[in-house]
Amino acid sequence: MDQKEVLFDYILHLADNSMIIGQRNSEWCGHGPVLEQDIALTNIALDLIGEARSLYQYAAEIKGGNCTEDSLPFLRDIREFRNLLLVEQPNTDWAYTIVRQFFFDVFHYLVNKDILDNSNDLRLKEIAAKTIKESTYHLKWSSEWVIRLGDGTDISKLKMQTAVDDLWDFTGELFILSETEQKAMDLGFGADLKKAEQLWHEKVKEILNEACLTIPSTDFAQQGGKTGIHSEHFGYILAEMQFMQRAYPGLEW
Amino acid sequence: MEINLEEQFQAKIEQEIKIEPRDWMPEKYRKTLLRQISQHAHSEIVGMLPEGNWITRAPNLRRKVALLAKVQDEAGHGLYLYSAAETLGMSRDQMLEELHTGKAKYSSIFNYPTLTWADMGAIGWLVDGAAIMNQVPLCRTSYGPYARAMVRVCKEESFHQRQGYEIMLTLCKGSEAQKAMAQDALNRWWWPSIMMFGPNDDNSPNSAQSMKWKIKRFSNDELRQKFIDVTVSQTEILGLTIPDKDLKWNESRGHYDFGTINWEEFNNVVAGKGPCNKERLNARVKAWENGAWVRDAATAYAEKRANKKNNSTEAA
Repeated sequence: MDQKEVLFDYILHLADNSMIIGQRNSEWCGHGPVLEQDIALTNIALDLIGEARSLYQYAAEIKGGNCTEDSLPFLRDIREFRNLLLVEQPNTDWAYTIVRQFFFDVFHYLVNKDILDNSNDLRLKEIAAKTIKESTYHLKWSSEWVIRLGDGTDISKLKMQTAVDDLWDFTGELFILSETEQKAMDLGFGADLKKAEQLWHEKVKEILNEACLTIPSTDFAQQGGKTGIHSEHFGYILAEMQFMQRAYPGLEW
Repeated sequence: MEINLEEQFQAKIEQEIKIEPRDWMPEKYRKTLLRQISQHAHSEIVGMLPEGNWITRAPNLRRKVALLAKVQDEAGHGLYLYSAAETLGMSRDQMLEELHTGKAKYSSIFNYPTLTWADMGAIGWLVDGAAIMNQVPLCRTSYGPYARAMVRVCKEESFHQRQGYEIMLTLCKGSEAQKAMAQDALNRWWWPSIMMFGPNDDNSPNSAQSMKWKIKRFSNDELRQKFIDVTVSQTEILGLTIPDKDLKWNESRGHYDFGTINWEEFNNVVAGKGPCNKERLNARVKAWENGAWVRDAATAYAEKRANKKNNSTEAA
């Protein structure tokens, strides 16, 4: 991989993360537990898909040719997506959605913070500067919900602990460097995940403690998303998301 | 005494002074408004579902973001309207209870299915267009909180309508398949949209009283006519055909004549027999029931926090 290819692949990883969790969150729109939170989660989905758009636009410019902000999410197949397994996990219920969002938000915030502070790629820094404002709010929102539901009723505590235990297996992957991430770091534009890992664990521990939830003791990590080995859920996300572009190729909408 | 209050109330209405929550008002005025505003709020919330159906399948990112934001706006309208209705003495939870048990109605238009992407265009253009016709006069309605909520709602709705029309325009400039999709959507949404204005005036028993109280300012038939008159030229620009063979310009009336509305269909959908009545209500009830533990936990947590705060204040 030359530098351009590394940059392209790295941007896709960032973009796919935000795109797919945004797509998942948008499934909630109109079905939330209370109107205010339906609006809040939709806002988060809007921010994340908006960020993905900026990143896909950048990636499309690097790639050139027919590549666009839409061809990247709508015309790649499952093996070409670079997102974390965590973000493609089903909504299941409000507890899973909140825990998934919280684990992602801490990661998303730290990655963007490091890009903003240290990356040598100006365009990535620019996008991160906007993203960090949004992800600061997302993290506040999801942390508050983790605490509220963990320290709410017996039922909510149980549901939250179950979600934490189940989704924990997907958090190890966050910090297992793919070849692209390693190179992106070496080349000076990618985030330093070693530093992020420690901060991630500190923040997660702080919030789960406050929420009276237990951190799972296992350090087993499901992995594969970053290299395109996804869960079976993912094919259905794409089937839905890409339906129009597949059924009516090459048209303007 | 009662007569005097009622006369004063009517005098305020005549002078276009807004009625506010603490003002005296006839019980029937309060009930009529509460029914209308809560119905309107329910329509916003149920109205999220047919369009929400296409969020995950929007054809490109620009459209996905716009649709997501639009459906979110509808949730926001629901919020303003529930708040306005609460000033008349019923809580949001009680209103939702009435929706879920089928006691309260919502706009029947949302009981039709969204089958293709073109339906996102047709709904924005026609359904939001018809809603705006109804809602612009409501910005001057006699009840203050309702009028103020409607000012905000109308601003956003007119944006949605332009967005919907722009979807239609893009389709009509596109391939044959896209144009056919747009025509099909118009065929399916036209008649339900003009039914949105409600029964004919001679068949609308509550209208006269609502006009006298200036809750309503134009009759159902006046608004329907106005909507048809403006929509015909918009349809011509698209190069589409309105599915009404009796539609033609009437020089002497200065309006378009149009065919007979199928009121039997309208009454059926109102009575719960539309294609999606059950799905829509079930979706709302399911969201509410699945969310119960979340709301309970939020309440329990807030109480714990309040207790902690009280205890620490007492200790200090």
